[in-house]
Amino acid sequence: MKWILVGVIVTATVLCDALQTVGMRRHGEIQDFRPGALGRACAALARNGYVIVAVALMAVSFFTFLTLISLADLSFAVPATAASFVIETFVAKYFLKEQVAWRRWTGAALVACGVALLAL
Amino acid sequence: MDLRLKTRLFTTIVVLANVLGNSLMSYGVRRHGGALGSSVFEYLQVMFNPYVAAGICLLIVWMLARMALLSWADLSYVLPVTSIGYVLTAVMGRVFLGEQVSARRWLGTVLIMAGTALVGSTAVRTHASPARVNLVETAG
Repeated sequence: MKWILVGVIVTATVLCDALQTVGMRRHGEIQDFRPGALGRACAALARNGYVIVAVALMAVSFFTFLTLISLADLSFAVPATAASFVIETFVAKYFLKEQVAWRRWTGAALVACGVALLAL
Repeated sequence: MDLRLKTRLFTTIVVLANVLGNSLMSYGVRRHGGALGSSVFEYLQVMFNPYVAAGICLLIVWMLARMALLSWADLSYVLPVTSIGYVLTAVMGRVFLGEQVSARRWLGTVLIMAGTALVGSTAVRTHASPARVNLVETAG
C-alpha cells in the first residue's frame, strides 16, 4: 500500500513540475515584486492552462501524500517520494531543453543515492 | 535584482516553507490519530486541525515561491538545490516528532547535502529565456 501511494505521488509530481516549468517560462521571469504586480501575475497565472493542470496534479500529489504520512514516518515518506528526482532531471534535459552538464548529473545522482539511503 | 541573489532568497523561502509546512502537517495528522483514507469527510476534518491548517498555509507559500523561482531558474537546478529540505526534514523528524533517524539515514543526508552543494555551484539558468534573448540582441 505504501509503495502504491509513493507511485501515485511520483507520477503526479513529475507531470506537475514539467507543466509548471513550461507554464512559468511562458509567463516570463517574475521581476516586479510589488504587491500589485504580484497580484497581476497571479491573475495571469490563474488563466494559464499549463499552470492550472499543474496545480490540479499538485492537489492529487498532496492528498496522496497526506494519506501516506498518516500511515508511514515522515522521514520515510519525504525521501521515498523523491524518486521523482531522477526522472525529472531527464525530463529537464530532453523536454525542457536544459543543459545538464556533469556537475548537475553528479549532484542529482548524489541526491538520488542519499534519498535511497534515507528510504531503505 | 541580481539573478543569483534573487535565486538564493527564493530558494531559502521555498526550503523553509516546505520543511515547516510538512512538519506541522505531519504533527497534526499524527495527533488526529489513525490512518487516513476511509472517507472524504475524514480529510476535511483533519484539514481543520490547527496544525494541519497552518501547514497547508505554509505549503501555499511554498508553491507560489517555487513557481516564481521556476519562472527564471532551470528545473534541473531548482530540484537538487531545494533538496536540502530533505535534510532539514530528517532533523525536524528527529527533534520534534520523535522519529528514529538511523546511521544509514544520516549518511543519506550527507550525500544529499554534497549533491546540493555541487548543483548549487552551476549556472541558475541554461535554457534560453525571452528576456535573455532580448538582452543578447540589444548588446549585439
